[in-house]
This record gives sequence, C-alpha cells and structure tokens, in this order.
Amino acid sequence: MHPGDMSACEIAGAVARGDISAFECTQAALSRIDRLNGSINAFLHIDAEGAIASARSIDSRRARGESLGPLAGVPIAIKDVLCTRNVPTTCASKMLKDFRPPYDAFVVERLRTSDAVIVGKTNMDEFAMGGSNENSAFGPVRNPWDLSRAPGGSSGGSAACVAAGMSPIALGSDTGGSIRQPAGLCGITGLKPTYGRVSRRGLIAFASSLDQVGPMARSAADCALVLETIAGHDPGDSTSLKADVPPYSRLLEESLAGVRIGRVAAHFTEGLNPEVARAVDEAFAVFRAAGATIHDIEMPHARWGVPTYYLVAPCEASSNLARYDGVHFGHRTDTAQILASHAADRTQKNNIDSDQADSTLVEMYRKSRAEGFGSEVKRRIMLGTYALSAGYYDAYYLKALKVRRLIRQDYLNAFEKVDLIGGPVSATAAFPLGEKTGDPLSMYLVDLYTVTANLAGVGGISFPCGLSASGLPLGFQLQSPALAEPLLLRAADRFQRITDWHQRRPHLEGTLQQP
Amino acid sequence: MAITRSDVAKVASLARLELSNVELDTMTRDLQGIVGFISSLDELDTSGVEPLAHPLGTQNVFREDIPTDSLSLSEALQSAPRHDGKYFLVPAVLGETGSA
Amino acid sequence: MMMAAASQPTTSATTDVLPYTIVIGLEVHVQLLTRTKLFCGCSTAFGAAPNTQTCPVCLGLPGSLPVMNHEAFILAVRAAKALSCRIAEFTKWDRKHYFYPDLPKGYQISQFDLPFSSDGKLLVCDSKGRFAPRTVGIVRVHLEEDAGKSIHDESTGCADSRIDLNRTGVPLMEIVTQPDLRSPQEARAWLNELKLLLVYLKVSDCNMQEGSLRVDANINLHIPLPDGRIAKTPIVEIKNVNSFRSVERALLYEASRQWDEFNHTHAEIGSSPKQTRGWDDPAGVTRAQRHKEESSDYRYFPEPDLVPVTVSETELSLMTSAQGETPALLRSRLESQWSISAYDADVLVNQGIAFVGYFERLATILSDGKSASNWMQQDVMRMLNENTVAIESFPVRAEGLAALIAQVSSGAFDTSRARDIFSEMVKTGRSAAEVAASMGIADVGDDELMSLCRELVACNPKIVADVKGGKEQAAAGLLGQAKKKNPNVNPGKVRQLCLELIRAM
Repeated sequence: MHPGDMSACEIAGAVARGDISAFECTQAALSRIDRLNGSINAFLHIDAEGAIASARSIDSRRARGESLGPLAGVPIAIKDVLCTRNVPTTCASKMLKDFRPPYDAFVVERLRTSDAVIVGKTNMDEFAMGGSNENSAFGPVRNPWDLSRAPGGSSGGSAACVAAGMSPIALGSDTGGSIRQPAGLCGITGLKPTYGRVSRRGLIAFASSLDQVGPMARSAADCALVLETIAGHDPGDSTSLKADVPPYSRLLEESLAGVRIGRVAAHFTEGLNPEVARAVDEAFAVFRAAGATIHDIEMPHARWGVPTYYLVAPCEASSNLARYDGVHFGHRTDTAQILASHAADRTQKNNIDSDQADSTLVEMYRKSRAEGFGSEVKRRIMLGTYALSAGYYDAYYLKALKVRRLIRQDYLNAFEKVDLIGGPVSATAAFPLGEKTGDPLSMYLVDLYTVTANLAGVGGISFPCGLSASGLPLGFQLQSPALAEPLLLRAADRFQRITDWHQRRPHLEGTLQQP
Repeated sequence: MAITRSDVAKVASLARLELSNVELDTMTRDLQGIVGFISSLDELDTSGVEPLAHPLGTQNVFREDIPTDSLSLSEALQSAPRHDGKYFLVPAVLGETGSA
Repeated sequence: MMMAAASQPTTSATTDVLPYTIVIGLEVHVQLLTRTKLFCGCSTAFGAAPNTQTCPVCLGLPGSLPVMNHEAFILAVRAAKALSCRIAEFTKWDRKHYFYPDLPKGYQISQFDLPFSSDGKLLVCDSKGRFAPRTVGIVRVHLEEDAGKSIHDESTGCADSRIDLNRTGVPLMEIVTQPDLRSPQEARAWLNELKLLLVYLKVSDCNMQEGSLRVDANINLHIPLPDGRIAKTPIVEIKNVNSFRSVERALLYEASRQWDEFNHTHAEIGSSPKQTRGWDDPAGVTRAQRHKEESSDYRYFPEPDLVPVTVSETELSLMTSAQGETPALLRSRLESQWSISAYDADVLVNQGIAFVGYFERLATILSDGKSASNWMQQDVMRMLNENTVAIESFPVRAEGLAALIAQVSSGAFDTSRARDIFSEMVKTGRSAAEVAASMGIADVGDDELMSLCRELVACNPKIVADVKGGKEQAAAGLLGQAKKKNPNVNPGKVRQLCLELIRAM
C-alpha cells in the first residue's frame, strides 16, 4: 500500500516492525503535499527539512535497536495556532507573519517525544475565528471534495490536509466547533476532547475557556492513538485536568450493547438540510443495529448556544488579542511615517504639544493592529471590547455566563438519562467559497450544533455518515460527558467498523485540473 | 439600546484599532446586527442563576516557588519589531504612567 | 483601586488648630518575598541585566499560560491575617485591560470584585504622644502582578523609550485603606507601622529604593462652612512618592494647596473627576498629571487561564501557623515580660526583629530587662550606627555583652570604663576580660585601695574639713586625684571608703 493511504496505526506498526522506513512515509507525505498544496492551500509552512531530519533520526534509532515512540514515523500536520519552536507560527494572521516562538506547545513536545514527524503548519481562519477558512490572511483553503467549496473552519487546513491524504493525522483546535465542523465537511474524523483533557500551553488563545486541542484523522482509531499521546496533565496549564489518561486505542473493542444515545428532536426542525437529516437518522439506525438504544432528549437551552458563544468568545478574544500591539512581538506599523507626519504637524502649528510623544505610541498601536488583523478578527475584538466596556458588562458578559450555566445544566441533566448525545455536526454539506463571507451572522450560525459542547466543556467527535447527492461528505456528531472520551471513541470506531463512509476519498486527480 | 456609530468609534479607540470612515460604517452595521442577535438572550430569565466562567469547576491550582530557566536575552528579544540588543524599543512614552 | 469617597464625620482632636480636617487614604503596593514571579518560574532578584529574567509567560508571548505561585498566595494571606482582614472562602483573578509598553499582555492579572481578603485594620500609636492612637480600616488586600519598566530619555524628547520586562509578573500585594488618616504625620507613622509589620512577618523586604514598596496617597479636605455645612474638596491621588518622608511632605503640601484652591474656586468633590498629581520631590510640589478618560475603562473580567481559589479554615490555620509575632503584640509582650516602658518597647521593636532577639537574649542572661534595654538603646545602637553594621553581623554576642554588664553591676568597672571596653570589644571581637586585660584594666585589691584612700585623705585637709562641715559632695574632688594615681580604681568604692575614713577622724 502507498504510505499516503495508510492509517496512522498502520504506519506506526509498520515502522516499528521495520516494514517501512519513517523516511519513506515522510517522503510520501511531502511529495503529496508538494503535488496538492498549490490547489488546496492547506499548508502555510511546509517543514520538509525538519520532517526529513526527524524521520532519519527515527530510522537510525530503530537501526540501533532503540525503542520508538507510539507515533514513530507518522507524518502529522499541525494547525498554525500551535507554537512550534523556531518554526513560523502565524495563526494565519499578518500580525504574526514573522513570528517564530522560542518554545514548543505542550502537544508539540508530546508529538516529538512520541516520534511523530511534523511535516508542516496548516492554514486556518485567522486566530481560529471563522467557520470556512476564508478568514486566513494567506488565502482560503479549498475543500478537496470540491475545490470551489470551503473546507469549513477554523481548522480547515488540517481537515483538508487529512482528507487529501497529505498526512494521515493532523492537530486542530476547537473553540466552537473548529475541529468537528471542518472534519464533517471534509469527510474525516475529528475529536474535540473534554476541556482540560489536553493542555492549552502553546495553543495561541482565541477564547481561553472554550479552546481545546484535538486530533483529526481518517478514523476514530487514529484519533484514539493521537489522543493517547497528547492528553494528560500539564502543570503549566492551570486548567489542565489531573485525570489519568486511559489507553484509548485499546478500549475500542467492547460492543455498544446497552449504550444509550440521546437524540434531540429540535435538531431536526428548522434549517437542517434534508439530506443531512436523512444521513444522520440513518446513522442512528446503524447505532441501534449495533446494540445501542436511542432516546429522545431535550436540550431546552441549546438554542441560546450561538448568542451565548458570540458573547463569551469575543469577550475573551478581545482580551487575549490585546497583546498584539506591535511592542514585543508581531507586526508593527512603520513608525517613521507617524513621526514624519507629526513632525510636519509640528512645523505647521509651530509648537510642541506635550501629547505628541504619547500619541505616537497610541497611533502605533492603532495602526499596527489595524494593519495586522483581518476584518473578522477586528469585528470580534470590537464586539468583545464593547460587551466588556463600562456599563455593558452585566447586560452582556454576565448574562452570557448565566446562560452558559443553564446550557451546562442541560448536559448534566441529559447525561443522567443517556451516555452519549448524537446529531448533526453542520446543517449543510460544504458550502461554496464566498457564500457566507458578506454576512457575518450567517457564518456564525454554522456553529449551531457544535458551540454548546464548548460552552459546557464536554467532549465531542464528528465523523462521516453519508454523502450528499452531489457527492459531498456529511457528518455525524456524538457528544459525551466530561472525560468520557473512551466511550466517544469506541462508539465512533464501532460505527466505522460497520460502515465505510470514512474510507471514501475525494476524487482529487480529476478536480486538480481546475484552476 | 442600538449601538451607534459614535459608540463604535469609542470602542475602536478603547481597542486601539484604527478604522477608516468606510470601515466605521461597515463595523457599525455589522455590530448592530450581531448585538441585535445576541440581545435575544434577554428573552431568557436568568434570575437566580450563578454565572459560569470556568466550564469544569477546577480550583486551587498552584505551582511551587521554584525558579526555572529564563529565556536567553536573544530569545527574549527575537520576536521584537525593534530592540537594541538589551531592551525592547518603542516610540518615546513621556509623562503618563500606565496604571497602578 | 479607586478610593471610596471620604464620608466619615469630621471630628478630629488633632487638627483643631486648622480650619479644616485632612482626610487621607493610602494605596500601598508591596512586593512579596518570593523567589519566583507570580505566574512563572523567572527569578525576582533585583538588579539583573535588562530582559534576562523573562520567559514566554512574563513576555506575554502567544500561547503562554500563567500558573499561580503558591508561596505568593501564602505570604499574602499571612499579611492579610495580620492586618485583621477577613479571608475570602472563594477568590478569583481578573484581567484589567490597558495598553502600555511595559504591560506585554495588554492586561494585568489582578483581583477585582472578589479579592482574597477585605475588612481589616491596623492601629498606629505614637510613643511620643504626638497624635492619639489611630485605627486605620483596610478596605481590601489583593494580589496582582507588577508591570515592567519603561526608561524614557526625556532630554532628547523624540528618542525611543526602552522597555525592560524583568519586573513584569513580580508578585505584588495591594493594600487599600479607608480614608481614616487625619494628618500627614499620621500617614507617615502608619506606613512605618505597616512596613514594620510586613518585614516582621517576612512577607516583604519593603525596600523602597528597589521598588518593593510603593505608596499612592489620596487626600482631600473637609471644611466646616459658616452655615454649618461641611465642604469636601475634590480628592487628589498623589503618585510617584519614593519615601515615607516624601509622603508626609507631599501630603502637607497638597493639604495647603487644596485649602488655597478651595478659597479661590470653592470647588467641591464631584465637580470634577478624581485628579492624579505627581510628587516632584526636589521642587517640593505636586503637579497635575494628564487625565485620560478612556484609560479608566479597564474592562475587568474573570481571568479564564487561572482557576479560583477556595480557602478552608484548616488551610488557613496551616498557612498562618508559621506566622511570627506582630510588632504590636511584641511591644506589649516586651513591656510586660521585661518591665520596660511602652516607649522603650517601641524603640526596641522599631529596630527590627533581630535587634529584639538580641535584646531578649541579653535580658534573659542578665535577668534584667531595664538594664538590657538601656544598653541596647544607648550603647548597642550607637555602636551599630558608628560602625554602620547590622545587628545580624554585630561582632559582640549577647553573652559577651552580658558578661561586661555583669562586671559593671558587681562594681568591677564603672560605666564609662565599660563603654571603652565595649567599644574595643566591637572593634576587635574579643571578650570583655581579654579587652580589660590588654588595656591594663584590673580589679584593684582592697589593701591597695585602702592605702590609696588614706593617702588622699591625708593630703587634702581642705576637702576633709568641708566634708566634716556637712558638704559631702566635696568628696568628689578626691575621685579625680584617685583616677590619676590609678586609673583602674572604682570611683564609687573610693568615694565610699574616703567618706568612712573622714567620718572616723
């Protein structure tokens, strides 16, 4: 089999046995990236040199009989929101165009010690804000299933990369659905772990109380393998959970007999595309056939999820992005121009205003941020700044935190009756590029089915459950109580043992002819 | 309470974002729409509900007072738009102090 | 933090000479004595080369996360307990937003609506009785991180400012008082008492030169008007004050400035926003600082990267079990245990914990607090000052000094002779006996003393006559002669012996 078509589990096994070298796997990934990235734009930075060096080191250590890590030789792509030491980390923003962090994110450290081969950094919506990957400062990602369509976002580069077979696994981050939604739209499997399951250290913050790193792969089994590596307590992240990490990939065997899956009727009323609805209901039928029982449940506050999310996330974002002011790192405007224009002003007015020096600095801030950030990022900074400003805090932010508690309570109530909650991940299949860019609100609604899991901190996974009439993948989402990733992965894996939706591939060679 | 163009200008100043006149118009229109949407939360009675800032209720996380390695000076300055090898440099700030 | 507007009744016993009451509240920032910063493992040591004590966390680099220093929290709780504060069962951290080049994250991690402690008090007494004892209420004590340092080259005007982030993230405790102080003198004394307390508890070194203690003072005047109403002048916050003496001077200046201003403008509180004025020490004046309206909208919200802290009674007692004696408790204990005056106890305690330790060892050996206290205040303090040495490295141990004092009490040396010996002990580090021997100071034998006295009486008929005539003080004339003949004689003994001889004549 071509290494580009092998799963992470298969590659790690083959490399460990010596059936294939890490170098061959890496070369296969790099050559596919080389061939496809021009059309898909999934990568912002390809680290061929670094990847080949680590592959060679893995092969030589194997040759010396040393033991290898669990991801030995597996090519992995990293969303460009995660810090990689001395490797460009841009968040797809002009603001961080030249930023090279002096440190690795916790998850990147873990991947390195598990002998995964990092092939590059993937494109995304700027600062992970968006649902289509069209908010990247470095151009949109194209959906490998149809290059005229969006891959979803914000982890669109990681999703497209895996869907196109440029690497078997990738890391994404999920603040309101940014792993699960693009996974669904690209026909792959994406896991958003429980908040605190994976360290956020080195994950460039969008909304700190919602952000979570997770694996994206072609199967739940591969997600399990990656989660085993990246999960675990990090004393450097105060919100990291101290719970033990189960051997996820060895907990997939048990059947689903007796597992109770909740179905929310409200998911199927307004706005859900009938093709998606049909595929989702067929997926429920698969689970029923596998021994699970399906139960109607209610999530009475779920409909408030999106407005709540669009307060909590922008408020935190406006704060997290305050550090990008052009002083210690990131883009700085041409201050010589400001000084020159001030000098001209002074000559005109013939006086030296004591405010002058300070306003140069303030002007540097304003211009640096205006030049460095794209329009969606600015919109959210503005929204968050407004909602936190004097006089509005109680009406907006505090209100949202209260609704957040009600939403979490919905989950706690539901999980007394069922073990998992199933449903759609997106209302439609992948939408055409440009369709929603003119209307921010319509873009915000793509998170409808995913944001509540982030607000409640629970886990969620999405995986393909069908194809639309036009041949686009459709996704199914399962959500679990906190730290129930073993069940989440087992259920998705069971589904993938019964169905073959996850094995469908985009017909890339045909579509590549398009511009 | 509809958000006005002058509200938006004030917020932009607070957020240190320069907006052109055209951007100010667009931003005002966008924020009006979004704030209107968000204000649908008003329909929900949340009296007596405690706010939830942290999803999982973790508490009391500390580290011990043990020194760890700092970055080297060159690493500390490596991302700075302007530095002199010792300090970060910014256009002169005079008179005003930041805050307490 | 904003100071609450002064609202207390203006009955004051100490300012009756002034046509107004001065109302003062303080905000004190204290650096906690930790080895590492509040949220990262970088060193807090003072004086390192710029930007060498930084890491991704305190540089605010993208992706970095804070983790709370436990020691900082414990020290802060210890201080708050000693300030009689209520310790919150639940406390959290908040982000305070403003843009400034020495604040790399664009926000400071601080505490807003749920500080870890509140509602405390600290009493200040003046042992010289210049003002009545004053209990100053403490609104709150909270923890926050320090900002970095901006270095401005004002001479060139347009040059770059240089930013050093070594201080960024250093743990600070902010103490906010009620507007309970009624004079600049009280404010200074109260600050001294606060500093003493924090140093005793080993919470902070309170070194103002190194920025470990910083004071902002809020002041206004309450002015009784002829119609019986009380006018309150606008509150002014004074910043940039670098010593307690300057605090006192700045407040004195500001009180009279506000009085003058009120007489011109009759402006009262509420007519303008709180003004910030900087203290110009060389010029001895406060100057208005520019006011920025928007910078006061700090957009506080709960810090999502840190989790709340809950403190149970058990944890609280564990945290404060290692707490030392407060200066106030120590003063009253010294007073009662060693039968010394309140004034003496105050002087001793103000010298610091090591000095008190020395005193108590000395007093214990001597079984005499009064004598130990006198020696400490006169001789030990003089030696420390003359030799600019700290008590911790004082070359004479309490045991050695006790031996010397014992010989004085036994009459072996007089006090002035003992002082010479003590001075030599400090210089050489040798014992009292060794010094006495090397200086040829020896006890004069009884026979030798008797023959000396006989000689003196025989040679001074005039003095003998005077004494016999009832003027006993005339005997003093004999002592000087005795010293000349033998510097080692004990003048007391000589006097006693001579008087006996004269009476027997």
